[in-house]
Amino acid sequence: MATTIQPANIGTASGDDAQVSASIAALITDAPVPRPTLPKTFAAMMAREFRVLGRNAPSTFIRAVLQPLLFAFVFAYVLPKIGSGFSVAPSSAAGGDINFATILVPGLMGSMFLMQGMFGTTMPLIMEFSWQRTIEDRALAPVPIRVLAIQKITAGAIQAFIGAAIVFPVVYWVHAPGEGPHIHVSNWFLLAAVMVFAATLTASLGLWLGTVVDPRKIQMLFAVILLPITMLGCVYYPWSALHVIRWLQIVTLINPMVYMTEGLRAALTPSIGHMALWAIMLALVGGTAVFGYLGVRSFRNRVVG
Amino acid sequence: MTTTTANTRNSGSAGPPATQSAIRTEDLRKTYKSSRGDVEAVRGIDLDIPQGEFFGLLGPNGAGKSTTIGMLTTLVHPTGGRAWVAGHDVTREPVAVKRRIGVVTQNNTLDMQLTVAENLSFRSRFFGLPARVAARRADQLIDAFGLGDRRNAMADQLSGGQARRLLIARALVHKPDVLFLDEPTAGLDPQTRVNLWDILTVLHEQGQTILLTTHYMEEAEALCDRIAVMDHGKVLAEGSLDKLLTEAGAQTVITVRFEQQVPAGLAERAGLPGRPGVTKIEAEGDQLRVFSTDAEGLLGDLVSLAAANGLHIRDASSAKPSLETAFLALTGREYRE
Repeated sequence: MATTIQPANIGTASGDDAQVSASIAALITDAPVPRPTLPKTFAAMMAREFRVLGRNAPSTFIRAVLQPLLFAFVFAYVLPKIGSGFSVAPSSAAGGDINFATILVPGLMGSMFLMQGMFGTTMPLIMEFSWQRTIEDRALAPVPIRVLAIQKITAGAIQAFIGAAIVFPVVYWVHAPGEGPHIHVSNWFLLAAVMVFAATLTASLGLWLGTVVDPRKIQMLFAVILLPITMLGCVYYPWSALHVIRWLQIVTLINPMVYMTEGLRAALTPSIGHMALWAIMLALVGGTAVFGYLGVRSFRNRVVG
Repeated sequence: MTTTTANTRNSGSAGPPATQSAIRTEDLRKTYKSSRGDVEAVRGIDLDIPQGEFFGLLGPNGAGKSTTIGMLTTLVHPTGGRAWVAGHDVTREPVAVKRRIGVVTQNNTLDMQLTVAENLSFRSRFFGLPARVAARRADQLIDAFGLGDRRNAMADQLSGGQARRLLIARALVHKPDVLFLDEPTAGLDPQTRVNLWDILTVLHEQGQTILLTTHYMEEAEALCDRIAVMDHGKVLAEGSLDKLLTEAGAQTVITVRFEQQVPAGLAERAGLPGRPGVTKIEAEGDQLRVFSTDAEGLLGDLVSLAAANGLHIRDASSAKPSLETAFLALTGREYRE
């Protein structure tokens, strides 16, 4: 079929038009030969995440710093100053000299893991699945869809890890005189393991939520998921202290955050009683596997119709 | 239309498709299950599109065009039949297919968190190009698609036409074997549309295989080598434009006005009623109108006829049948959402 599109039709001079045609034609003739491999594609996707993260660095940083800053300010500075400091967890063997900041540090980190995991994975995902379905851009990359899902978990986990790590400097600097947390890391390997698996667990949970939550009900995510998990995630008290409310102590075992905060207590403030290590690690690793599996599966189902 | 017989399609170990086909489907189907009843979006289509062809899928809204493209681009799972793109099975080897296709979706799937240049360079890197080569390729695409002054703009700041150009540029980064375009000009102003046609024409001239869906008749008419008219999940007719027009019984109407009255019996004496393709002849006053499905050489013959009979022609016109007539004849005229 003859296509009779004259240069006049597109409003350009014929010389320009020939040039444009030549440069379009060159796109086919002078194309570099792509040789995609799974690691190269994965690395490129991670590079894309960091580019976006870097561009949003100011807002990401504020989001990551403000919450621990306010928590530390109120609980480790304001409350001790006005004399309504919390009493120490009664079950604690080390009793008397443990201040609230010490109890709060692992709790704050756990809560940051969750926040960052959700903001870093769930929210972007909900955006990508809604309206224009920009997820299709990445879905057409030459890798299996599950690799894309695993890449999302990886990127979210790195953000969660950084977000939680920011808590350290904040709580060290922000407290009333003498009210600083007593942190003692005797086992760095344990700390690293707990932080890595806490990060992967929140990112996996984030991926799963991002694929099952209806974008129109995004507020529910905060009310029904984020708030209860945080409030009942042993942020403000160690799990062992709940023995006086036995039913609550048992019910909170379904809360993944309990294992993050307890794991961090085991690694950072071993002087405060904490849950058995095997239970903590089992829940963190097992939770990553379960939510990772569910997340990857529902992600795949959402992407491929 | 593929000549493969229907009874080979269920023999699980069916051999690889003919290597010269860029796209081939056998009884391809998609049924969406839902609690309110199943929706048969695509109801068994057979296509065979050779390399280098510009193929058009034409149909009204809801005909199943986008679902078909979705299946061919691995983002929609077929519920029946099979399909191969660039020689690879879309269900069993989706990664191999994705390596070889470029896709321009109907919706704007640009990465809104990235700039124009980054949209292109990261896509190149997804396809394994080193960062430096990817940046060079991005520059090349930006220049060719006239996006030079928007290079560092965020993707969400582009106009509709610019976004569409960037989407096409992005689909070309890795030199795909097959380029899919799902209603690429929907919602664009006429000038931008023609501009895009121009780009697609050049790509086609370079041997790019293109599958385009559209519900604009003139788009299919202007661009495509072959067209399949789809409706209700089925291909109603397929072939070159001329073939479609003939099949749909679309006719060319040739009108000749003479200086004088048309002599009685002129058409009969000239043997027009027996001429292949001629379906109707009307002589009225000074006008002779001939309806034909095969207008090749007809006007010339009428001119000679006039001369032989000492008649003078005042003017003559030929109304070509349009794809629109054929399309409406095939799909019916009811209104679509």
